[in-house]
Amino acid sequence: MKGGEAIIKSLQDQGVDIVFGYPGGVLLPLYDVIYDSDLKHILVRHEQCAAHAADGYARASGKVGVCIGTSGPGATNLVTGIATAYMDSSPVIAIAGQVATSLIGNDAFQEVDTLGLTMPITKHNFQAMKADEIPGIIKSAFYIASTGRQGPVAIDLPKDVQEEEFDYNDKFQIDLPGYKPTRKGHPLQVKKASNLILKSKKPVILAGGGIILSESSEELMSLSKLINAPVTTTLMGKGSFPEDHPLSLGMLGMHGRKVANLVVDECDCLIVIGCRFSDRTTGKVEEFAPNAEIIHIDVDPAEIGKNISVDVPIVGDAKIVLSNLIRTISKLKEKADTPQKGSSPSWAEYIKDFKINCIPRLSYEDVPLKPQQVIKEIRDSIDYEAVVTTDVGQNQMWMAHYFTSKIPRTFLSSGGLGTMGFGFPAAMGAKVALPESDVVAVCGDGGFLMVSQDLATVKEYDIPVVICVLDNRHLGMVAQWQKLFYDERMSHTHLGEVPDFVKLAEAFGVQGERVEKPGEMEETLKWALKSGEPTLIDVIIDPDEILPMVPPGCGLTEIVGEYKVEREYPGEIPYRSPLKEEGGD
Amino acid sequence: MDKQRSHVISALVLNKPGVLQRVAGLFTRRGFNIDNITVGTSEQEDMARMTIISRGDEKVLEQILKQLNKLIDVVKVRDLDPEFMVKRELCLIKIHANSERVRSEVIQYANIFRGRIIDVSPETLTVEITGTPDKIEALIDLLRGFGIKTIVRTGVTAISRGMIDY
Repeated sequence: MKGGEAIIKSLQDQGVDIVFGYPGGVLLPLYDVIYDSDLKHILVRHEQCAAHAADGYARASGKVGVCIGTSGPGATNLVTGIATAYMDSSPVIAIAGQVATSLIGNDAFQEVDTLGLTMPITKHNFQAMKADEIPGIIKSAFYIASTGRQGPVAIDLPKDVQEEEFDYNDKFQIDLPGYKPTRKGHPLQVKKASNLILKSKKPVILAGGGIILSESSEELMSLSKLINAPVTTTLMGKGSFPEDHPLSLGMLGMHGRKVANLVVDECDCLIVIGCRFSDRTTGKVEEFAPNAEIIHIDVDPAEIGKNISVDVPIVGDAKIVLSNLIRTISKLKEKADTPQKGSSPSWAEYIKDFKINCIPRLSYEDVPLKPQQVIKEIRDSIDYEAVVTTDVGQNQMWMAHYFTSKIPRTFLSSGGLGTMGFGFPAAMGAKVALPESDVVAVCGDGGFLMVSQDLATVKEYDIPVVICVLDNRHLGMVAQWQKLFYDERMSHTHLGEVPDFVKLAEAFGVQGERVEKPGEMEETLKWALKSGEPTLIDVIIDPDEILPMVPPGCGLTEIVGEYKVEREYPGEIPYRSPLKEEGGD
Repeated sequence: MDKQRSHVISALVLNKPGVLQRVAGLFTRRGFNIDNITVGTSEQEDMARMTIISRGDEKVLEQILKQLNKLIDVVKVRDLDPEFMVKRELCLIKIHANSERVRSEVIQYANIFRGRIIDVSPETLTVEITGTPDKIEALIDLLRGFGIKTIVRTGVTAISRGMIDY
């Protein structure tokens, strides 16, 4: 068997039926095998989109996504997508061609040090120097990418290795003596956490992307109900807990919901699950949850104590640890001699009342459109199973803030790396993974233009995603910061009047529509989804809309900008809970 | 928390290409410092052992150990207890020594420090010395007056005492 055939066979043995890629000189032997294979290959128009699409595929389906690029520029173009997957712990396999082994180090045509480039942005990487290493490398790569804290793995494949003949056998074992992810939380730590939770009067749960990756939303819901704890999420945790639930606080952080930021500031016990305490989530670390003892559950031991010192760390898979935690707490609660029974329903009641006064206003009749109104109409047009992706910037934070998500893997966004251009190709990958689901990409005009060439891909392969370009002709988030923190000196954030996005779509044979008035978004989006064709909707929005935010380096309660709420409420925000004065009940 | 201390970290790693780059790259990227790193084969086939000396407070040390452990090619990591380890370094010192007087003095100093003369030429003398970094520093200071031409040091390597693992 040839090396190239072994790659495809090994991928298929791992259950891969589709890859996103872009061929090149050193990949000719591999693509010659793909030509005859039943592995489906989607030819993107830029390698970055292959990586984002594989990432979107992985996030939407929970399976490992695979992308392929050639040596040199192919590999460097993959880098942004690999780094994006790395920051958000997304299981992606990136296969890059490499010049022949005899040429490595000679600065050959299209040679780049892919191994060195991808070392800091992958969970691990491999270089196959002989064809007989390929089956083991691919098997190991999938194992590493999809277990423990998930993440991307890069594989460097020299051209001659793809051509080399060898005797294929699949008897090899995965041999990774340095890789033993902890799954089960330590029972003593679980007990400690349980006692702490039962002692607490005002517990809050902070759910991160780890809940989604470990598929433990059900356990999260059970825990929340068991201990009457409201749930806030990080950006990556959005969808892990239904945001229309009375105990949901919405997203926390720099652009978080007011209620979430204030309640976390107030709580006396914060249970943090699958979250790495990003600066965008915590604000100023010294002022983060100042009244709380913190329990931190994470599968990656290195996340414990990295950004925030915690009181009870538990290393383990969220699903397993949560089940144990629920079991231990239930047992302790039943025991007659347990002095503490945990928070009372009045804490949950208080949260509900608090929340009612902090519901962000979504309905606006204004022209140009307010983004809140647009997001409301998007929400009203699609069901909860539909997948939405976002780009990065205002569009992303508006969606995170205002859009109600209920189901894991339906809200896909580049949280850690903040990659503009992620939304559209990730939607493409999600739609390929879930052809039965509606997939809507909500992008900004800046980010979409970074990847617009892949309109050709959705047209060629008939991938009916709907791209909503929130078009304010600005790099909105940077412009927002210039307005708030740089004396309105708008340096290079106005994007000018071109292109005409509808015509741009039409040039690729993709249908385009423009939306300018309230009501049109819902109508157009429903039409686009019904049409079953890829569609671009150019949504003209108000460039002056600012999302209230916590300035960098400030505590989470220091929100600037007017927080417009859905209905007027009398008097002060009931910020401090009555429980505090009474000393609990 | 701010107490900076020098730590001797011993890591058992897979003996394959790129491992040193993974470890060194990790230190650079995370802003950890490396005062010293030595690598060599170990008692186990296909494994090498690295001795890394790094400075930092307890929090930094914890991160270094955890981040090293996260590397797939790193099998085992320990922060060696300063009370229960032996540290050694090898140093070669080439000295200008063209007179009988200088030669005999250098040889005497070398003997006192349990060093050895490993090369002689009409113009130079080369001393080999093994020991703790302090001892090596002391000999270098003594020999400086004669005119040192070249110093080559291996960096510190370390092992735990007795039956302690590592």
